[in-house]
Amino acid sequence: MRFQFKTSYNDDINIFKNRYHVFWYALLGAGLFALPFVLGDYYVAQAIFILIFAIAGVGLMMLVGHTGLVSLGHAAFLAVGAYTTINLEKLGVPFLIALPLAGIFTGLFGAFIAIPVLRLIGIYLAIATMALSIIIEDIIVMAGPITGGVQGLSVDSIKLLGDWVSSDIFTVDLYASPYKFYFLCLFVAVLVTLLTINLLRSSTGRAFHAIRDSEVSARAMGINVARYKTLSFGISCFITGLAGGLLAHYLGHINHEAFLILTSIELLMILVIGGMGSVHGAFFGAFVFGMLPLTVTVLIETFGAPLGINSATFPGLSTGIFAAILVGFILFEPYGVNGMWLKIRTYFALFPLYRKDMFKRQKTYLKTERMR
Amino acid sequence: MSLLEVENLSIHFGGLKAVDNVSFSVEEGEVFTIVGPNGAGKSTIFNLISRFYEATTGSIKFDGRDITKLGAEAIAPLGIARTFQNIELFDHSSVMQNLLVGRHCQRKTNFLAHAFFLPSVRREEIEHREKIEEVLEFLDLQAYREKMIAGLPYGVRKVVELARALASGPKLLLLDEPASGLSVEETQDMAFWIEDIQKDMGVSVLMVEHDMGLVSQVSDRVLAIDHGAMLAMGTTREVQSHPAVIEAYLGREED
Repeated sequence: MRFQFKTSYNDDINIFKNRYHVFWYALLGAGLFALPFVLGDYYVAQAIFILIFAIAGVGLMMLVGHTGLVSLGHAAFLAVGAYTTINLEKLGVPFLIALPLAGIFTGLFGAFIAIPVLRLIGIYLAIATMALSIIIEDIIVMAGPITGGVQGLSVDSIKLLGDWVSSDIFTVDLYASPYKFYFLCLFVAVLVTLLTINLLRSSTGRAFHAIRDSEVSARAMGINVARYKTLSFGISCFITGLAGGLLAHYLGHINHEAFLILTSIELLMILVIGGMGSVHGAFFGAFVFGMLPLTVTVLIETFGAPLGINSATFPGLSTGIFAAILVGFILFEPYGVNGMWLKIRTYFALFPLYRKDMFKRQKTYLKTERMR
Repeated sequence: MSLLEVENLSIHFGGLKAVDNVSFSVEEGEVFTIVGPNGAGKSTIFNLISRFYEATTGSIKFDGRDITKLGAEAIAPLGIARTFQNIELFDHSSVMQNLLVGRHCQRKTNFLAHAFFLPSVRREEIEHREKIEEVLEFLDLQAYREKMIAGLPYGVRKVVELARALASGPKLLLLDEPASGLSVEETQDMAFWIEDIQKDMGVSVLMVEHDMGLVSQVSDRVLAIDHGAMLAMGTTREVQSHPAVIEAYLGREED
């Protein structure tokens, strides 16, 4: 059993709480760095997909997990980020500038949308954001000059520095150089994660948590609830916009079908499976979401063949299993994969003192209902 | 000049006069208590002062400044902190995190600085924690520093809420039934703390309380209200023996 002995306030503030923390994350970093050199191109592409959805997940987590606002419309912001990036690149803006610009534009767009939408709460907020997702689908089809209409846009490979330096070193393509694409996504993912953690360990993040847990109390503490909700929406959309820019290049060709309402729901499912209210959760969820179709296919091919079952005889099996896993998590593990991970870690950290009811949710006391 | 001046304050919900023409003032360094039967409008007065409700008529002045029209979030930065009758803590955060939210109105950095965690943010975080340390020590909460609120007993939550209010460094503390649901010992602790808050920290206290033992121990002045209207104001003894107050609590003797 290990005991954390804090000797200064910095121990409380730092990202890495102790040496073990540093060690394990260094190991993780080394593993992620070595990944493209170890795995084949197919799996690197899979890793890229997971990273892109993890970035979008971190973005949505800011809103859903940390501020307690549901959004069923984040595919719309993925789309805004994607089309903005592509169009900026078509205008000759280098990718390294186009992507952050697209992120900022998506963030401002999100904050603008947030002003009317965030007057709603709970299920009504979900409905309003869902409507946004549907509207954006139609807008993509209609806004031909920008989006290419129904045909969509084909996306060139990434030129990091645009036409300024047209060297092959700065050209990133999913097929020609998947490892470069991977490192680009990894870089953005690390950056976005750091940004999120920094916000969460300062008063902005605490204000988000306060709004999530008790709006009345947050206001009494001097937190401008409307402003912070808008800010949370903006930051969330900024991050999702970055993911959208990367997704456009990953897909190679985008039209409205890439940003259906289903994508919004999938993003939300990533968070539920990963574990609400934690940064880890977005990554765990994206991993499960990214690996599951593959795993199911491999399992069917391996074990189904003798029984005459293959993906052709059972189309949609993967989706079905995904749904079953989701239901399982909601019923048995509300804190998702991250919750499971915490339990396992605590079990070993406290061995042999772990009790089964340690993570049992406590009864909450009556709250003031009068002012809602 | 008084710290808090409430003049002819009224709020009407349709035909119901929840608070009707109430005037009082809280002097600097004073413990002022509002008593009254259930539904008398005590908490409504609190919600008017912390700007959750819009006053129908009347004015509220704090430190010479009219706060009647301000938003609820503008109150804490002025130096008014409050607690709630039914604890309103952030359940999924630790005690430390809760108290840090209490320091929200003292922040000097914006969200961009937070995103990059600039050195100024780190300095501020340390400063917050030093201030909170004083509050933790004062209220004997050191043992609970990293505990989650969801796992704490009721009595401790009550103290944590007081700590969160104190952490913001207020000039005026609004305590909505600080002793409700507390045991005799805990109520006694609360009484000592309120006395210390007044005498050592120089913070004025406006309190709503039913426990007359606590009220008489700490209050400088007491205001009794019923059905939204003022009945009597004065020392605890004066108010307790006032015929209108006795009538409000016990009813009138049949002639």
